[in-house]
Amino acid sequence: MTVAVEKTEKPEKPQTSGAVEQPAPAKGVRRVSRSMLVAAILVGWLVLFLVLRGKQNLALAAADLTDLHRWFNDVNDSIGANRNSNPLFLYFFNEIRLVIDSLVTFVQELISQPSAGRPVPQIGWLGVVGIAGYVSWAVGNWRVALLAVAGFTFLGLQGLWQESMDTLALTVSAVFVALVFAIPLGVWAGLSDRFNRFVTPFLDLMQTMPTFVYLAPLTLFFQIGPASATIATLIYAAPPTIRITAHAIRSVPETTVEAADSLGATRRQSLMKVLLPMSKRTVVMGVNQTIMAALAMVTIAALIDAPGLGKTVVQALQTLDVGTAFNAGLAIVVMAIVLDRVTTAASAREETARFSKNRFITWRRPLLAAGAAVTAVLAYLSHTYLWAAEFPGEGSTGSTIRSTADSVTTWVQDNLSGVTNAFRDALTNSLLNPFQALLTDSPWWLVGAALIALAVVLGGWRAGITTAVCVGLLVGTGVWSDAMTTLASTLVATVLVMLLGVVFGVWMGRSALVDRLLRPSLDAAQVMPPFVYLVPFLALFGATRFTAIVAAVVYAAPVAMKIIADGVRNVPATTVEAATSTGCNTWQIITKVQLPMARGALTLATNQGLIYVLSMVVVGGLVGAGALGYDVVAGFSQGQLFGKGLAAGLAIVLLGVMFDRITQAAARRTSA
Amino acid sequence: MARQARQWRVGAAGIAGVAVIGLTLSACGGAKVGDSSSDAGGSGGSGKCGTFNLAVNPWVGYEANAAVLAYVAEQDLGCKVTKKDLKEEIAWQGFGTGEVDAVVENWGHDDLKKKYITDQKTAVEAGPTGNEGLIGWYVPPWLAKAHPDILDWNNLDKYAAEFKTSESGGKGQLLDGDPSFVTNDEALVKNLKLDYKVVYAGSETALIQTFRKAEKDKEWVIGYFYEPQWFMSEVPLKKVKLPEYKTGCDADAEKVNCDYPVYKLDKIVSAKFAKSGSPAYDLVKNFTWTNDDQNVVAKYIAVDKMTPEAAAKKWVEANRDKVDAWIK
Repeated sequence: MTVAVEKTEKPEKPQTSGAVEQPAPAKGVRRVSRSMLVAAILVGWLVLFLVLRGKQNLALAAADLTDLHRWFNDVNDSIGANRNSNPLFLYFFNEIRLVIDSLVTFVQELISQPSAGRPVPQIGWLGVVGIAGYVSWAVGNWRVALLAVAGFTFLGLQGLWQESMDTLALTVSAVFVALVFAIPLGVWAGLSDRFNRFVTPFLDLMQTMPTFVYLAPLTLFFQIGPASATIATLIYAAPPTIRITAHAIRSVPETTVEAADSLGATRRQSLMKVLLPMSKRTVVMGVNQTIMAALAMVTIAALIDAPGLGKTVVQALQTLDVGTAFNAGLAIVVMAIVLDRVTTAASAREETARFSKNRFITWRRPLLAAGAAVTAVLAYLSHTYLWAAEFPGEGSTGSTIRSTADSVTTWVQDNLSGVTNAFRDALTNSLLNPFQALLTDSPWWLVGAALIALAVVLGGWRAGITTAVCVGLLVGTGVWSDAMTTLASTLVATVLVMLLGVVFGVWMGRSALVDRLLRPSLDAAQVMPPFVYLVPFLALFGATRFTAIVAAVVYAAPVAMKIIADGVRNVPATTVEAATSTGCNTWQIITKVQLPMARGALTLATNQGLIYVLSMVVVGGLVGAGALGYDVVAGFSQGQLFGKGLAAGLAIVLLGVMFDRITQAAARRTSA
Repeated sequence: MARQARQWRVGAAGIAGVAVIGLTLSACGGAKVGDSSSDAGGSGGSGKCGTFNLAVNPWVGYEANAAVLAYVAEQDLGCKVTKKDLKEEIAWQGFGTGEVDAVVENWGHDDLKKKYITDQKTAVEAGPTGNEGLIGWYVPPWLAKAHPDILDWNNLDKYAAEFKTSESGGKGQLLDGDPSFVTNDEALVKNLKLDYKVVYAGSETALIQTFRKAEKDKEWVIGYFYEPQWFMSEVPLKKVKLPEYKTGCDADAEKVNCDYPVYKLDKIVSAKFAKSGSPAYDLVKNFTWTNDDQNVVAKYIAVDKMTPEAAAKKWVEANRDKVDAWIK
């Protein structure tokens, strides 16, 4: 996820300047010939498939390994065997671990874990709620402060105070460490094109490599404990800040920088006085994305003993306890919404503070000081008195939520599973199975050639070369056949995502009311850990590839909807009015005006939909999707499959890179 | 400048004022931290036990073992128990770094034993748990009742068509579970020449949910499962007989054509812990109980939704004689 930002920072050069100059009719002809080419490639593929099916398809059984996989295993084993004698460990990894461990322990003792002989942490619930409210008010406004206080109190009412604070402590530590590295790296990438090009593949890798792949090795390097969990989280969470900071630095208007230069500012001065202050608002957005990504890792990090809400979710999953899992998942959602709104308000305040100098400024300082004093007293009380330290009550809201979630899922399972099974079978047999057969039973070189040809037609020569490299590397990973199975499910899921995206996106784009009603559920669907809804989905659709597809759609469709809604809303009102006045009906306006004009948003939504679906491949492996997702989980679970899991993780990254480059190139072409 | 100074003064006055309110509040503030709870902290009992790092692998049967051991170690031996939720592979890694002292329900895992006990010498065996692990192919009870002959593998092909699903490519579906499970099923299907395809559900959760629904809606499902397992107390699955296990018939993973052996589940501890003289080590070493014992505790946790601590307490209080034999 969160690859969204990448799009905006790509320099938007038109692919070929000649094409833009061409008059409109010629452009139309060109598009027809392009879709003809695509059709020709597909027909050719189908014909060859019928002749050659079942040959050279590089199938590999679940327990089979290639030499590459064994080599990965050996590397992993030798690291494990030498970790106590190797100086790299003694003086490098162990030091990092110590620093991060003490940071996390410090934050935990502050807000979540008993410390220094006390039965409770240094700051109890009253203090934390006070600080959350005060900080939100200071960096944002009173409305988000109210939201923060209400949200944090709700966590306590759910009976999950300590778990929530553990999660918060880990998130805060991971985000803090991530920012220490990410902001300087982002500034560098913003200033230097070469460094930007160098770092982009690494960022892609960090964001698309499934976390399961590096969880086990991380515990080898940094041992079991908060350090490993924090590092796992920050690997995934740091890239958005790096990308967005770089983007922010780049989008400072050139004239401003030139003005500073002409006034004789040194490079350092123009960075500190012009570039950084002017990009502050966008950088805060990056911090927001990093926080969201860190929260998305909560359940995964629980698999290596990270404390907090994730642990509750994972344990509830073992006993199929949907209610408990939902309660904890809801707490994650609440925390995410609070942190999201507060950071968003903070970035907006940056903006308004820069442009307005109203009277409020004079009152602000004394008010801030008074607020700080109140907060200090609250913290002191919660440090000293039990009633302010431990959240009062039994968390009865939590048990209500649990039992409601339980009865709702039971009802849905009992009443809908007949319908859902029929739907699943229809879709699997008519669409998924034939498509998967085409991909997995064709010889690998045929699939590869078809993919490259499609990439060239849709995205140009450069996309074709990237695809060729990716296809080559995919064959090299030794999990080609599994990759093709995954590809089939991924593409079907993306088609569903786009269908939903267009329907709801257009609806939201045309009506502000619908938008306001739907948006909170979209946010929740994105932040709710997938582990929570796996059990009900399993009841509805069984342990099948289709369940994995549905889970991926739930996660990916909100992004597509939001992007398309934005695109539709940005169609100039005058154009729509003009169409209305010429007598177009609603359907015609949507299909003839709004959707064609939002073409850029549609391609971006496709790109993001695909990437988000790919990030759910591993979760799909847990519910019967098999293929790459299963390989990755198996590599995490069994030593002798580690290498294969790593290869499968790399294959997922390669699929992601391949599609990202093709869709981006295609998007540039269509919008050019 | 002057204005700033005035603001500071206002701020300071504010702090002072609020502090006064705070002090007044605290005069009638209620119980102070550390006042009431005289038994706080794990310092009771003999001081020599110290911290006991117990790995908790992710299935409820294991959690039952861990809960009881942790409860006894805390209550009777005065240890400070740190439970760590980890998968097997990672828990075993922890033996070498001192972060894990004991794994208390091990299923076979000869590869891990070779790596950590024989080669790296960071772990040692600490005897059986008394539980016997069965692995095999199971069907829901309604199916065993409706077609009793299905419990013999020789008749499986007869029913293959009934087990077809959208995932099994025209053959019968044999559902396998979590990738960390010990399984020979692909080789078995091939070597027994069965008309089935192994489909990986990918997690124990998926497996249990499938069986639960199959029993409720009378659906045809056959799949990998194991005992002891709390789910058996909800839906008592029936085991399908495979060709009898003989020593060595599973020596070559490619050529397995027999049932799974009965696993003597055992305990593994870190080499350091075994030599530490900690009473917790003696407890782990002496700990044995039966499948029924474990199922009771597992049921408390999974079905009755008790916390592991409460479940352990309930069982320990009812079985004091067994517990006393472990810590004598």
